[in-house]
Amino acid sequence: MAALEISELRKRFGSLEILKGIDISLEKGGFLVLVGPSGCGKSTLLNTIAGLESVSSGEIRIGGQRVNELHPSKRDIAMVFQSYALYPNMSVAENIAFGMEMRGVPRAEREKAVAGVAKTLQIEHLLARRPSQLSGGQRQRVAMGRALVRQPRVFLFDEPLSNLDAKLRVDMRVEIKRLHQQTGTTIVYVTHDQIEAMTLATKIAVLKDGELQQVGSPSEIYNSPSNLFVADFMGSPAMNLLEGKVARDGGSPKIVLERKDHSPIVLPAPASADASKLADGTSVIFGIRPEAVNDPDSVDRNARSVAAFESDVEIVEPAGSDTFVVIHVAGKELTARMRADTVVGVGQKHKFAFNLDKALLFDPSTTRRI
Amino acid sequence: MTAAADVLAAAPSREPARHSMTTRVVIYALLVFFAIVYLLPLIVMVMTSLKPLDEVTGGNMFYFPHDLTFEPWTKAWGTTCVGLTCEGIKVYVWNSVKMVVPAVLISTLLGALNGYVLTKWRFPGHKLVFGMMLFACFIPFQSVLIPMATILGRLGEIGQALTDATGYSFGFGNPTVNLVLVHVVYGLGFTTLFFRNYYETFPTELIKAAQIDGASFFQIFRRILLPNSAPIFIVTVIYQFTNIWNDFLFGSTFAAGDSSPMTVALYNIVNTSTGVIEYNVNMAAAIIAAVPTLIVYILAGRYFVRGLMAGAVKG
Repeated sequence: MAALEISELRKRFGSLEILKGIDISLEKGGFLVLVGPSGCGKSTLLNTIAGLESVSSGEIRIGGQRVNELHPSKRDIAMVFQSYALYPNMSVAENIAFGMEMRGVPRAEREKAVAGVAKTLQIEHLLARRPSQLSGGQRQRVAMGRALVRQPRVFLFDEPLSNLDAKLRVDMRVEIKRLHQQTGTTIVYVTHDQIEAMTLATKIAVLKDGELQQVGSPSEIYNSPSNLFVADFMGSPAMNLLEGKVARDGGSPKIVLERKDHSPIVLPAPASADASKLADGTSVIFGIRPEAVNDPDSVDRNARSVAAFESDVEIVEPAGSDTFVVIHVAGKELTARMRADTVVGVGQKHKFAFNLDKALLFDPSTTRRI
Repeated sequence: MTAAADVLAAAPSREPARHSMTTRVVIYALLVFFAIVYLLPLIVMVMTSLKPLDEVTGGNMFYFPHDLTFEPWTKAWGTTCVGLTCEGIKVYVWNSVKMVVPAVLISTLLGALNGYVLTKWRFPGHKLVFGMMLFACFIPFQSVLIPMATILGRLGEIGQALTDATGYSFGFGNPTVNLVLVHVVYGLGFTTLFFRNYYETFPTELIKAAQIDGASFFQIFRRILLPNSAPIFIVTVIYQFTNIWNDFLFGSTFAAGDSSPMTVALYNIVNTSTGVIEYNVNMAAAIIAAVPTLIVYILAGRYFVRGLMAGAVKG
């Protein structure tokens, strides 16, 4: 039985539709990340699961039970807010115990539960302090403690790391992952950071304008995005998306990428594409991730289909672990992710190779993957 | 655009001020002059209240007391005549306290509750409701006198009926209760305005977190909102206390005789048409009447400034 099922969920504010029919289900112990640009409705979706906002139509089930009409406190959920939302007038211990106090749990039991959670999160020395006396990371821990102590069926996280500095964010990300692995809880997590989404999730749901673009495992989302938006949104640096044309003279379809001052690059169509849809002369968008563009020597040895070409190097960005090289193809910039010790000079010609196993084709009119 | 302009305009004035000696002298002279202007009435009042009557009528009011006496104070407090009864103003101070304390507390708490609902439990039309409450702040005292008198008269009838039926009026028609009601109703616009603006900037996520924790409407109010409202609470209490304590119009209209508040009694003492006018007793009585508001300011004044600033800075 799924821990969380959302079916045909719609949310309207007046005539404005924020959520346009969302269907997601999450198995017990799963980690669902809702990701999308700001204003895509991901926080609204989380709030409807929490019961902080009503739904216009559709159904939310937690542990098989319909919760649409239930008060937030009766849904057996816990939420960690972006601003942590710690009660400033209460000590850390009181903050963690407040929910239990409201449910009438006896004091001795509350203290025991608080001590247990404090131990898990290593905040025992902070229990007597006020939130204002804590650092950002400590507040984050307390906010998680307040959620953990409840032992809910579903945890909800609303961009919990966005208020932390870069270093702490990575630390807390690992911490959340560890917590999930240790406790095996079911988590729904909202973020606009696609790296958080990739690293934490067992399942990612990409939203745009209140519509679900794709739901799948991180590798599905990353390797087989269902449309241009998902392809562009996930991954950093973003996937290279180039305009091309299908050329089909009798045999297998070829993709032609025009170039200024150079002969066009002609590639065999990627195996991922449905060849029957590739009629001669069709416009397509050719998508390839930067790590699948390399120099011919370093291309994945197991790749079945590789296409080599030569191009002028425009920009070289050494990033320590890798070197990003920008070239121009089909009127657009194309980023290649090369080994850090690759020797390339700006303005010089260099040999590149596409790993076509990883390449994708999209239909420019529908933006869907072919 | 205006914010940016403000920043630009403010920047040059941040330089350390280098005033010449003359500027400094002029500034201090003006400050001292106005300090004296403001202090003079109080000084004269205190000095007069400490003089025997013949020294007041015979001497100059700016002279220091020759025969220092506290007799005017004891007389004002205990034995001076207000109207026909000669028991001093202590009864009326007590009347005022009985009226002010409940009126301030009730109007402040209701204002806090209104502010809470208007910001955190918004309902369709909340803006209209708030607009109308704001409008209440602009209604002049005088214009509500007659409608209010009608309502209080009706309440008095109910009180009479209850007394006939049960032997007890349950507070209906009691002049002090009437005044509390009038001041609560009149003060609600202001207290709601204060609290709404304060709670507008109160993080809504805290309310949501408390909801998930299972706190009810009033539990959230009492456990989360009120403990974090100290600055605005103090501002509102000071504002309401001063206004209600100093009110004369409602007091003189709706509470006559023995139940009238301090301000009305003071007027009756000063305005007596029989016998000698005892300026020293009048001054002592006036100072006694002003002391509670002074105390409130001294105890909580810094919060008043801080609270008003907090509201002013946030846009």
